[in-house]
This record gives sequence, C-alpha cells and structure tokens, in this order.
Amino acid sequence: MAGASEQLARQVRWRPLETAFWLAALAPFAVAPSYLSLASQVAITALFALSLDLLVGYAGLVSLGHAAFFGFGAYSAGLIAKHCWSEPLSALVVSAALAGLLGYALSHIVVRFRHLALIMLTLGFGLLLLEAANSASALTGGADGLQGFRVPGVLGFKFDLYGRTAYAYSLLVLFLCFLVARRIIHSPFGLALRGIRENALRMPAIGSASQAHLRKAYTLSAALAGIAGALLTHTTSTVSLEVLSFGRSADVLVILILGGAGRLYGGILGAIIYMVARDQFSGVNPQYWYFWIGLLLVAVVMFLPNGILGGVSALRKKAQ
Amino acid sequence: MFSSLAAVLFDGFAYGMLLFLLSVGLSVTLGMMNFVNLAHCSFAMVGGYAAVTLANRFGWPFLATLPVAFIVAGAIAILLERLLFRRLYRASDLDQCLLTIGIVFISIAAFAWFYTTEQQSTQLPAFLQGSIQAGGMSFASYRLFLIVVALLVTGLLIAGIEHTRFGARVRAAVDNQRMARGLGIDVDRTFMLTFAIGGGLAGLGGALSIQVIGLDPSFALTFLVYVLIVVSVGGLGSIGGSFAAATVLGISDMAGKYYFPWLGAFLIYLVMVALLMWRPVGLFGRR
Repeated sequence: MAGASEQLARQVRWRPLETAFWLAALAPFAVAPSYLSLASQVAITALFALSLDLLVGYAGLVSLGHAAFFGFGAYSAGLIAKHCWSEPLSALVVSAALAGLLGYALSHIVVRFRHLALIMLTLGFGLLLLEAANSASALTGGADGLQGFRVPGVLGFKFDLYGRTAYAYSLLVLFLCFLVARRIIHSPFGLALRGIRENALRMPAIGSASQAHLRKAYTLSAALAGIAGALLTHTTSTVSLEVLSFGRSADVLVILILGGAGRLYGGILGAIIYMVARDQFSGVNPQYWYFWIGLLLVAVVMFLPNGILGGVSALRKKAQ
Repeated sequence: MFSSLAAVLFDGFAYGMLLFLLSVGLSVTLGMMNFVNLAHCSFAMVGGYAAVTLANRFGWPFLATLPVAFIVAGAIAILLERLLFRRLYRASDLDQCLLTIGIVFISIAAFAWFYTTEQQSTQLPAFLQGSIQAGGMSFASYRLFLIVVALLVTGLLIAGIEHTRFGARVRAAVDNQRMARGLGIDVDRTFMLTFAIGGGLAGLGGALSIQVIGLDPSFALTFLVYVLIVVSVGGLGSIGGSFAAATVLGISDMAGKYYFPWLGAFLIYLVMVALLMWRPVGLFGRR
C-alpha cells in the first residue's frame, strides 16, 4: 500500500502520452496553417472546458451558468482595451482577477445548495448577468456587442490575419493554465475536492473544510473561465452578448461531458472534436447542427457515461 | 392608473395560468422521482405543433385540437419515459440534465426541420375573439377562456389527487417513495401515468399558448426557464405551490414589462434567485 503522498507524487509525473499531446498541439502551425484561427478558438474553448472541469469533474458541482464568468472576463478585457490600455497580458491578469472575484462572491451563495436549487441558482446568475449586460448598453454596447477597440498584438507580435499569433497566444495561455490546474488537481486540496464529489456528507465528518474547499474551487474555476473569455476578446477584437448566453454554458458542458469530466484532458479533447465538427458542418443551418449535438448527448449519457476518455480507459482496463 | 393596474393583473393572471399548465406536471414528477426533466417544455411544443397541424392542415376546429394536443404530448412523454428516462432515475443530476438537454436540442432541430423556424398561428373560433366589456373595462375573451380552462384543470387535479385511489398513490410516492414501495404500491407505474398526465398538460398548455406567446421551435428553451422558476419557487410536488408561483410570476412579469420595460427579464431572475436563497426547497416545498 502506497501512502497518499506517494500516490499523489506518482500522479504528478508526466506521462509520455501527455508530452506527445502537447507537442502535437504545435502541429497546426506546420500542417494546417489555414486553420490557425479555428485552432485558437479550440484552445480558448478547451480552457473554458478545463475551468468547468474543476467544478463539475472534480468538485462535483453542477453549473448551468458557467458562461457568466467567461462573459465577465470577455467584457472586462474588452472594456480595458477600449477605455484603458491595449496591452493584453496585463489585461488578461486583471480580467482573471475580476472574474475570480465575481466567482468568489457567488461561491458564498452557491456552495450551500444542492440538486435543483443549485442548478436554478447557477442558471439564474448566468441569466441575470446576460440581462444586465443587455440593459447596460451604454457600457457594453447591448445587443450590438462591444466594438471599436483593437488589440494590436502581444509581446511585440502583431495579431495577423491567419491567426498565427492568436493561436500561439491562446495555446501558451492554455498550457500555462493547464499546468496550474494539473498541479492543483494533484495536490492534497485536489484530493479533498474529489472526496467531496464522491461523498459530500462524509468529508466534513472526517474534518475536511468542505465549504471552504468548494469556495476556493469555485473562485479558481471562475478565474480560469475569465481568462478564456479575455482570450476570446483579444483574439477577435469584439465582444458580443453571446459570450454570456445560456447556449454557451450548455455547449461547454456538452464539450466536457463528451470528452470525459474529471480527467483534465476530457475538456480539451471534447473541445477539439466539438469545434472541428462544428467547423466542418458550418454550412449546415445551426438549428440542425443542434440535432446532432442533442443525439450525441443522449448517446454519451446512455452508453458512455464517463465520456470518450472514460470509455478509452475502461477499454484499456478490460484489455489488461 | 387604476384601470391599467387591473389590466395588468388580469393579463398577468391569464399568463400565470398558462405557466401553471406548462409547469404543474414537472413539479409533480420532479417531486416523485427527483428526475430533473429539462425537456418538459418540449412536450408543450409537441402539443402546440400537434394543434397547429390539425387546425391548419386538416381544418379541425380549435377546441377539438386541444384534447388531441393533450393526448399526443402525453403519448410522447410515455414513450420517452419508457425508452430513456427510467434508466436514469438513479443517475446524477448532471446526467439527467444532459440527457434531457439533448432531447431539447433534438426537438428544436426536428421542429425547425418540419415546420421551419417561423411563428405558427391558428384561427380562433368567433366566440373567443374580441373582448367582453364589464364595469368599464374590457377583458380579452381568449384570456378569460384561458383562465377558465386552467381553473378547471386545477380543480380536476386537486380533486383527482385528493379523492381518488390513484391520487393517494401519487401522494404516497411523492411523500416517501421507499415506504410507498414497501406498502406494495407500484411506484414505477404510478410514475409513468403521472409523467404522461404531466406531459399531456404541458401539451395542452403549449396548444393554448399559441395565441398568447406564439409558437416556434425555440419555445422548448425560452419557456424552460420560466417553467423551472415556477417549479423551484413553488416547491417540488406541490400543486398549490405551482399555482401560487405561476400566478405571482405571471403577474410580476406582466407588471415588469408594463411598468419597467427597460429592466427586461432582470426583475424575474432577481426575484427567483432571492427566493431560492431564502428558501432552497421553494415556497411550499417540504424537502
């Protein structure tokens, strides 16, 4: 029997497949230069899904309104670029801090609830923010979106038409955030979160400060989602109300579940599949696109409850 | 000022009755099986489109389409319950949410495919058009009809739940499922029938709502939020709670649109969040 610290240390070690994955993430630069804009969208979505994974996959908190933090980060970055300064990295940090602050404030309410009340509260906060952004059109541009600002470049590299800088920027930020998330997951704190997910009543009974842990996880997740939103603003130079919509919250949940929640790479894999498929079917009316998404959701829930990665690891266990 | 207030109250009450029809089934089934069915408004949409098809393509009179809307939606509800939902009663909230959101997406796309995304409308019979004058005010006939139908349904529901054997089984299953099973009540069968009636009522609501709020494929998502608000604020498994919550929501939504149009739906969401923070089980919920 290995001790807990040994077990954690073993999980922290990088596996060859992981290294291969991140090297492969560089491939679009050489292989598909015309798809770099899409690749940066994928990286942003992957980061958003990763942030949700901390909540849904590890802490076991359902959220139907995670777009609130994504959109908050996106609008913060847009407003900073429009009214303050155009340097993106510092704006990224500020947006993350603001989204994290919002997450921290909401976490005090959200972690006290379970089941339907939790679902409704997250949904409600998401909708509240959407309505607020829609009403405050003097600040946010309302339904027309926030326009009239440009982020010229990052660290001296200009954002080009092909999305080369955009992808490099998004990928780098995704990787850094991934490292942070990976470290957190494999810390004793991450273990405590998984404990809460498995048995929410037992953890406080053995002396774990469940609510404080959940609040921390919520704040972190919100900050990461805010970074993803700010990245979207920086790489596209517009912010539309869509960043706060229920559709975005639902999409990211679909992506995470498709890839496999609670596995770090699930959200990233889901984002790749989802975004590439959507790009390929973009000629199709979006209404019909949702037919396939719906079918996929039903199939995943019925036949692949732990997502693609869960299915793969189950197969591997069977083979051994 | 006074007459506008009365108009808002009347329209809001009619709107609230519509919301009640749409949501009461979800409230009871959620209370019974704890199954988070986000596809409830898809049943309403099924009913609405069934009514539209019968009325416009086959020339049925409006009133005759209503029972069919109820039956078709109820039948679809049974089908889905048998095929999919029953396998997930013990699954997590998340899985239930995802499965039913998937069904919402499918239903939206399917109806957009068959009926396009245009708003649908039906022809009302002459006696439901226009309005009735009383005490210096005019009441739209159709809204009066809505209120009468909803009150009838409420009366039937309460009588059915309180005074029939089936109703006793439903109450037992909502109160304590394990105990009900132990007493030999076939909870699964009771649940299936309840689910069908709930879906059917949603279908009836969908058919009745065409004249008031319109019908297009996005209905399943836009009204989902309102229905969930009614259910969660009213309290699970409580018909009276749903009735009260739907009335309050309908009137306050109408008043908000009339007096504070710039706030949009902000007020509604704020009230819901505040109420849920105060009472997570809803106003009339016990669990």
